[in-house]
Amino acid sequence: MTNICLYFQVHQPYRIKQYPLFDIGKHAPYFDEHKNAEIMRKVARKCYVPTTQLLLDLIHKHPSFCCSFSITGTALEQFEKYSPEVLEQFEKLAATGRVEFLSETYHHSLSFLYDAEEFDHQIALHKKAMKMHFGAKPTVFRNTELIYHNALAAHLEKAGYAAVLAEGWDGFLGWRSPDYVYKAAGTKNVKLLLKNYRLSDDIAFRFGNKSWNGYPLTADKYAGWIAPVMGDSINLFMDFETFGEHQWEDTGIFEFMKHLPFALDRHNIGFHLPSDAACAEPKDELDIHHPISWADTERDTSAWLGNQMQTSAIAKLYRLKKDVLATKNAHIIDSWRKLTTSDHFYYMCTKWFSDGDVHKYFNPHNSPYEAYISFMNVISDLEIAAKKKNPGMFTKLAKLLEVSA
Amino acid sequence: MKKPKVLMLGWEFPPYKSGGLGTACYDLTKGLAKLGTRVTFVMPFAPTGARAEYVNLLGAAKLLKNVKIKTITSTLRAYHTSTTYAQTLAETHVSLTGTAGAVYGKNLYEEVQRYTHVAQELKNRTFDVIHAHDWMTYPAGLALKKKTKKPLIVHLHATEFDRTAGNPDPRISHIEYEGLCGADHIITNSHFSKQNILKHYAIPENKIEVVHWGIDDEHIPSPTEKTLPHHSVLFLGRVTVQKGPDYFVEAAKHVLAFEPNTKFIVVGDGDMLPRIINRTCELGIADKFIFTGALKGADVHRAFQNASVYVMPSVSEPFGLVALEAIKNGTPVILSKTSGVSEVVSHALKADFWDTKSLAEKIVSVLRHAPLREELRKNSLTESKQFTLIEPARKVLDAYRRLTGKH
Repeated sequence: MTNICLYFQVHQPYRIKQYPLFDIGKHAPYFDEHKNAEIMRKVARKCYVPTTQLLLDLIHKHPSFCCSFSITGTALEQFEKYSPEVLEQFEKLAATGRVEFLSETYHHSLSFLYDAEEFDHQIALHKKAMKMHFGAKPTVFRNTELIYHNALAAHLEKAGYAAVLAEGWDGFLGWRSPDYVYKAAGTKNVKLLLKNYRLSDDIAFRFGNKSWNGYPLTADKYAGWIAPVMGDSINLFMDFETFGEHQWEDTGIFEFMKHLPFALDRHNIGFHLPSDAACAEPKDELDIHHPISWADTERDTSAWLGNQMQTSAIAKLYRLKKDVLATKNAHIIDSWRKLTTSDHFYYMCTKWFSDGDVHKYFNPHNSPYEAYISFMNVISDLEIAAKKKNPGMFTKLAKLLEVSA
Repeated sequence: MKKPKVLMLGWEFPPYKSGGLGTACYDLTKGLAKLGTRVTFVMPFAPTGARAEYVNLLGAAKLLKNVKIKTITSTLRAYHTSTTYAQTLAETHVSLTGTAGAVYGKNLYEEVQRYTHVAQELKNRTFDVIHAHDWMTYPAGLALKKKTKKPLIVHLHATEFDRTAGNPDPRISHIEYEGLCGADHIITNSHFSKQNILKHYAIPENKIEVVHWGIDDEHIPSPTEKTLPHHSVLFLGRVTVQKGPDYFVEAAKHVLAFEPNTKFIVVGDGDMLPRIINRTCELGIADKFIFTGALKGADVHRAFQNASVYVMPSVSEPFGLVALEAIKNGTPVILSKTSGVSEVVSHALKADFWDTKSLAEKIVSVLRHAPLREELRKNSLTESKQFTLIEPARKVLDAYRRLTGKH
């Protein structure tokens, strides 16, 4: 019997404001509270609330349905602030005992590529949040945007993780199948769970596409595609926002999901959780030297670190860390951490800007150039705050301005 | 069937007349000729001009086979206003009779009439379609259409509302209106411009076609060494109300508060130049400005290549070909949102011309952040490769075919 392993990524960044040059040194609020609240409430209404309810119902109706989540700290905080009902839904899911929570960086950052110490710190913050909200102790790790290479597995082995999620890309798999478990090169026993990107993207990207030859995709049709697949674990990894946000309700995505577990039953296909999937015997070792990700056709890190604006901005951000931590000012440190979120660098991506594709759709800024300008203005301001003799002033001023805004 | 033959009522080719209109006429003719279209190009020609130069220009571009030049001696110039016409007339020396007024129109409107009258002599030439560029040639186009029953395309590069930033000369806007009404087809350079036509002249929308301009990159010389020691910000264009030079100066004042070593270069002539120079003195920033006057040929490329950023703060820019020239020269651009070129270039910073603080912020960002400069430069240059001359020429040729039924 083959099992499906479902993992949904839940993330919302703190989008920054269009921060004017003239405000550098004035310590005006960095984050666009209005926009962040608005987006959170919209996504909660369209996706988070109905989809969590759908999953609760499935767990209730279906004897063995289970799934896993990775929820970022920045998303959790914004649930608490702007739509606490979503947090309650996740708590209910946790209480069923049929949901696994994965470990990741609290701020959904690229810190592993820049600062291992910061990476560990953000993981610790996230662990604490998982314990506090869901009573969970994650043992499987998922790095931001599924960015993975050997060094990550080696680092995580020391921290005691059993498995890591990664993209199942043909580029390094070759003839090998993503539907088996592999061992990470350079580790004693860290397992790799690889995303079956074809079957995952059928749901996440192609589901509502009327010009796709698989359209319309029904649960029965999809179960029929999965049935002949050989393997220990078919890993369907996707953004949770697929349901109702990327694929709108009128595409029939909710109906599809509602029926999927029962359609799979008819083919004798079940579900299991990442930590169970990782118990399988590895078929081979995977040796991955350069960071891969689940993004774009390149499956590399170029969506975040592909141009000079992105690399110079992130380098400047991590250079500031020492001064920021030295302030011992919680507000400054927290602001800095919120800026490590990968989305800020994604907004500066120029790869397909002219084609107006997915990168533009999710960009709260007018262009990658304006995203860069606002980010640089914000970190210039933060630099001034961090180097001040009396950083306490920063907090007071920021609070004052936040109230007046 | 035979290809349509075109009678084009246009304007002097560069380098004689700087400005987008002459360049656009030349580039379109060149593109059409490359596609094998036969063009008789008619232009008002300075009484003292040297016609041979044009023939050489066309010869060099291997276009003589398809293009015939017909000049009409006239004191008309592209972008003339009543005032500038009077100046040209005063400067025109006519031997024997002594005063130019005795030969040419006493004022701009009379001269347009006279030009229209003379142009009617062209009715016996062989052509299938008439193509007239901007208002001064519209009456001639209409008259020829009436005489020959051939279809008329009016090509609108700028409305009187654009040129005057919303304070039109009613006589000119009336001529423009009649041209737009009487034409069989209207071509304009951007959606922005099309909206302006719809707004000011209430012309049926289906008569208006948008053809975005392209640029010829054959003549761009390779970058020269930068000769200015510090960052410089470039304004290049006619120094008239349409181009927003006043906003450029106000933005400069803000920029200097952040980057005091910046130089501001103003390339171009125009009726607003004295006012602009005065304003830099009032603001105490005159020493940060360099006014070069209008430049030609290689000097234009040098100006672009020396600049850290090119700013086009136009109040109303139907296209803005000059921005593409900047990009082709490897200069990042900041564009007014009220411009046609901002519709087609995505790798640029865009601002409202009146928001001088936002304009300044973008300038400072480009000056401060080399990665921003480099990404803008590199990506806009790549993007600009799609803005060729052949593409607009093809669209215009399609319009000829539809109107004449000739293929």
